[in-house]
Amino acid sequence: MVAIAEKLTKRRSTFRFILDRPAVLGPIFVSPAILYVLALVGAPFLLAVYYSVSAYTIYNQSYHFVGLRNFFQIFGSDIFRTTLLNTFIFTFGSQIIGLILGKFGALLLLRPFPGRKLVRALIVLPWVVPVALATVAWQWMFDSLYSVINWTMIALNVIDRSDAPNWLGNPHLAMLCVTVVNAWRFFPFAIVIFLAGITAVPQDVIDAAIVDGAGFWRRNYQIILPMIAPIVVVGLIFGTVFTFTDLSIVYLLTKGGPVNATQVLGNLGFQIGIDSGDVSHGAAVSLVMLPFLFVLVIVLLRFIRRREI
Amino acid sequence: MPRPLATAVREGTFYSAVVFFVVLAAFPFYWMLITAFKTNSDLYDLGNIPFWFNDPPTLDHIRYLFDQTMFARWLLNSFIIGVCVVAITLATSLPAGYSLARMTGRNGEALGIGIFLTYLVPPTLLFLPLSRVITVLGLQNSMWSLILVYPTFTIPFCTWLLMGFFKAVPREIEEAAIVDGCSILGAFVKMVLPISLPAILTAVIFTFTLTLQEFVYALTFISSSAQKTITLGVTTDLIRGDVYYWGELMAGALIAAIPVAIAYNLFLDRFIVGITGGAIK
Repeated sequence: MVAIAEKLTKRRSTFRFILDRPAVLGPIFVSPAILYVLALVGAPFLLAVYYSVSAYTIYNQSYHFVGLRNFFQIFGSDIFRTTLLNTFIFTFGSQIIGLILGKFGALLLLRPFPGRKLVRALIVLPWVVPVALATVAWQWMFDSLYSVINWTMIALNVIDRSDAPNWLGNPHLAMLCVTVVNAWRFFPFAIVIFLAGITAVPQDVIDAAIVDGAGFWRRNYQIILPMIAPIVVVGLIFGTVFTFTDLSIVYLLTKGGPVNATQVLGNLGFQIGIDSGDVSHGAAVSLVMLPFLFVLVIVLLRFIRRREI
Repeated sequence: MPRPLATAVREGTFYSAVVFFVVLAAFPFYWMLITAFKTNSDLYDLGNIPFWFNDPPTLDHIRYLFDQTMFARWLLNSFIIGVCVVAITLATSLPAGYSLARMTGRNGEALGIGIFLTYLVPPTLLFLPLSRVITVLGLQNSMWSLILVYPTFTIPFCTWLLMGFFKAVPREIEEAAIVDGCSILGAFVKMVLPISLPAILTAVIFTFTLTLQEFVYALTFISSSAQKTITLGVTTDLIRGDVYYWGELMAGALIAAIPVAIAYNLFLDRFIVGITGGAIK
């Protein structure tokens, strides 16, 4: 009896000895997540890089190496250069509009007033509702015939029915539309980021500034803004990354048209790589995003590190 | 200017600005709502004032959605995908987040940031190689491909989120459990997980809503109606040729959007804390 009991205790403690060592348990705990990400993000990423320097299409599945030929070809095409420019206009245009609206919206929501919770819930809708679903509402509002925007302008005698704009059919207006819809989607995110930052500024700092005679604008731009800069930059980088690489708004509103006037990198990569099956050129188009993303991530890392100091 | 007048002007400006923001943000959704319940004759008559019902409201569009389209199937698909992705995400992110939160020194921090950065690798960069992976696995045109792929962004996001929450759990709780005879694993399961339920619930909600919001992978991998998610089905399947069924489209978008909007609003503050990683202390 005694011997058996001793044996049991001993075996149990050997097993527990392994599970009680953080050096063993830590890697075991963290490895499933890392393996999943390596297998389905890391490996596909390398495959994307290889696609871009190969002659792979869905019709001719050869991994024949062609060097940088695909990149020279896409940079040689007018459509691609327009697309690259559009992507930057789309990204920075919408981020700037979104940030301005976000700053003012946050100033409003800082002040307590009856119904503030409900107002906040309504204002964040564009950001929380799945972007594809919100975009179809805009598509309906931009309808060539039944546009509610045109109806209102006609009713207010701003324009005449005969020269009512065809929002998504005119190249310049279409570019404006996709940018504005993206800014509309982004500004509530900017509001909540600004709010989170401003409410984290200690009240005694603001009180001290008031005592020292700082007015409203001075408090805002010389004290609060520098203090919330890190959180705003982190939010802005998120917005920029997701806008720069997005295709859903452009795909649903214009499919890149009319005649590539609103084409962006994500959508072009999709059209070439998936719709036409020219995987290698599609991958090359997508990979053009990489240097830009890389720069953004470096900036992001600097700001994440800064908070540790 | 006399004081009361100045106050009135200031209040007036303030509330007009609030109204401007609310209209800007919410009008498209109001438009969705009203379109979903309008009769077709009302919708497509330019003589009517479009902002309110000229004919009595109708449930025709919603009935059409459930009777004539695969809307109910898309809802079910999205639900199944959401539940499976939540299960995969929790099974991997909970231990990973805990382990990273307890790792001391630079390594844990660097590993955590590394995992989080993969959240920023965009679908538009990965959809081409991933569709090859999906084909090799024989999952093309099946919603199971999405269950496989969606954790690639939910795992990094939730690991980061949970890591932050676990860091706030005092080590003394585990140490007390270990002194009382628990293993580290036992302390994690019996002590840390129960008190982290709010954090786990947050991770569940965000994983679920992220799968509902996803569009690019669904568009790339799925083409048959029966396998589509709700977001993809509503936005790509309710258009016949060049004819748009605006009433049905808006009704479908509305039904899919409401639960996400409510869930997000309830958990918004936690989301902000998670995404900024406490960039300000």
